[in-house]
Amino acid sequence: MRAPDDSLKTRIGDVLLAVEDVSLAFGGVKAINGVSFDIRQGEIRAIIGPNGAGKTSMLNVINGFYHPQQGRITFKGKTRSRMRPHEAASGGIARTFQNVALFRGMSALDNIMAGRTLKMNVNFFWQMFRRGPAMREEIEHRRFVEEIIDFLKIQDIRRTPVGRLPYGLQKRVELGRALAMEPELLLLDEPMAGMNLEEKEDMSRYILDVNEYYGTTIALIEHDMGVVMDLSDRVVVLDHGEKIADGTPDEVKRNQAVIDAYLGVAH
Amino acid sequence: MLYREAGQFKTNYVDDQAVFPIRQDRIGIAVILAVAFVGIPLFGSDFFISAVMVPLLVFSLAAIGLNILTGYTGLLSLGTGGFMGVGAFACYKLTTIFPDVNIIIWILVSGFFSCGIGILFGLPSLRIKGFYLAVATLSAQFFLDWAFVRIPWLVNNNTSGAIEVPSRYLFGMPITGPMAQPEVRYLVVLSIVALLTLIASNLVHGRIGRSWMAVRDMDLAAELIGIRLYRTKLLAFAVSSYYCGVAGALMVFLWYGSAEPAVFGIDQSFFILFMVIIGGLGSLVGSFFGAALIYGMPIILKAIVGLVGLQISPATVEHLTFMAVGGLIILFLIIEPAGLARLWQVGKQKLRVWPFPY
Repeated sequence: MRAPDDSLKTRIGDVLLAVEDVSLAFGGVKAINGVSFDIRQGEIRAIIGPNGAGKTSMLNVINGFYHPQQGRITFKGKTRSRMRPHEAASGGIARTFQNVALFRGMSALDNIMAGRTLKMNVNFFWQMFRRGPAMREEIEHRRFVEEIIDFLKIQDIRRTPVGRLPYGLQKRVELGRALAMEPELLLLDEPMAGMNLEEKEDMSRYILDVNEYYGTTIALIEHDMGVVMDLSDRVVVLDHGEKIADGTPDEVKRNQAVIDAYLGVAH
Repeated sequence: MLYREAGQFKTNYVDDQAVFPIRQDRIGIAVILAVAFVGIPLFGSDFFISAVMVPLLVFSLAAIGLNILTGYTGLLSLGTGGFMGVGAFACYKLTTIFPDVNIIIWILVSGFFSCGIGILFGLPSLRIKGFYLAVATLSAQFFLDWAFVRIPWLVNNNTSGAIEVPSRYLFGMPITGPMAQPEVRYLVVLSIVALLTLIASNLVHGRIGRSWMAVRDMDLAAELIGIRLYRTKLLAFAVSSYYCGVAGALMVFLWYGSAEPAVFGIDQSFFILFMVIIGGLGSLVGSFFGAALIYGMPIILKAIVGLVGLQISPATVEHLTFMAVGGLIILFLIIEPAGLARLWQVGKQKLRVWPFPY
């Protein structure tokens, strides 16, 4: 992990990921239609829009679950027409899901340890004996995972199967699993959905801390406008699969198209 | 009182990541191993050793194999019997072609043949899941069944069409064939099962086991954290069929003594699947429990009938035990759908806080 960097001036850097003219259709339904935007190194980028605007589809395109029919994705300077999930993961894109996608049968600790899979490479032979290099690797990563557990304050539940945890904690473990990948780009799909005010405040704090201390670039989808306006550096607004606005929270707030999309237009 | 972990503090991650972090558990395992390796061969009767313990261990090993695939990785398979058969026939061919190589080596090597076949029939798992995959593995079962009966080369063109186990020796002692002592056969089976169980335990507690369970619980998220689904699933098929293959070879060479292809039929697959489900999906100790329950129950019931001294014909006893076992299985599944392993865990938890309820 990188050292903490507090200076706001240098926080935002070059373009880390750019999607250009991406279109995605399921049969006749156009989920995304010619959308372009970019995410800069170190920023918190919000993707908002009414239900069915194509926000989650956009994240799925970015980490390779969906393959767009048209468009280009440039990540870390490499342009391609589509991502593959494994490529995205090894390139440093981590993700949390709208409805928690944890490994329910495993403990919180194992879930976060699973997030380290890509960093672990001791072969099958040593794994069979669970000694020597295999154990050393396991311990080294356990130490890293414990740091995340401390950071997220979930020490007391590390041995609990995540299926038994309350929703708010599950969301936190899922964030932990994503952090275990030491991502460069963290995609958060509605991290605050279904939370009460206090949990939302906690989660906001974690997001800011991750961004600030680890310098992780964050793209988040969120419906709570208060959260979006407070957290994000730039906001992109989608509606019916098309981009209708892109800019700082203040610019977006004043944009007539955005107001119309959310409140409706008189015909 | 005795089973209390109070005062056992872990000061490093090595201790904390141990398979048995609690001292009492380690003592328990040591006692069980001592009884199994020393007590039973010394004091067990020939019948108990060769008709109860050996089969129990063989079935446990097969159940561990299927548990790796179905319990840990979530891939339902009905081909267990076939994979066991591959191991048995491979071992027979190997030991008749190269009689000078020790049979124990061939038993362990024969698993690799089963492993290869397992990977081959595991390929559809990359595209299909759940019940559909079960049907695909069923095709493996039927194909292998057919091959065992129709290819006489597999049994060296015997007129009986069965595997006839030759005598093979270790340090001058017969360990297979009609001359082998039950104790010797038992110790060989026990050593192999203990070794393979240890390896399985190591695998499921490390990165590989976590990947398997991740694929089982949420394959999309697993893919996203960089787990390659096809590799993980095929590895599960490979390891699982290896275990089943070795179990099949042990079954024929150290238990049955001779075997017709029929013992590797679909019945066997279901038998092992029941053990895994009753014992507990995703639990190694559950595999032993499941094997003990499904295989041991009829033996115990028959013994009870014998003790009570009822005058019933053996055929009726057979039918009654079938009914009783079926009833007990249903009962167990109602009490604890997650299997005996969960019951065991709950029991240990209760013991930890005893005499308080929680």
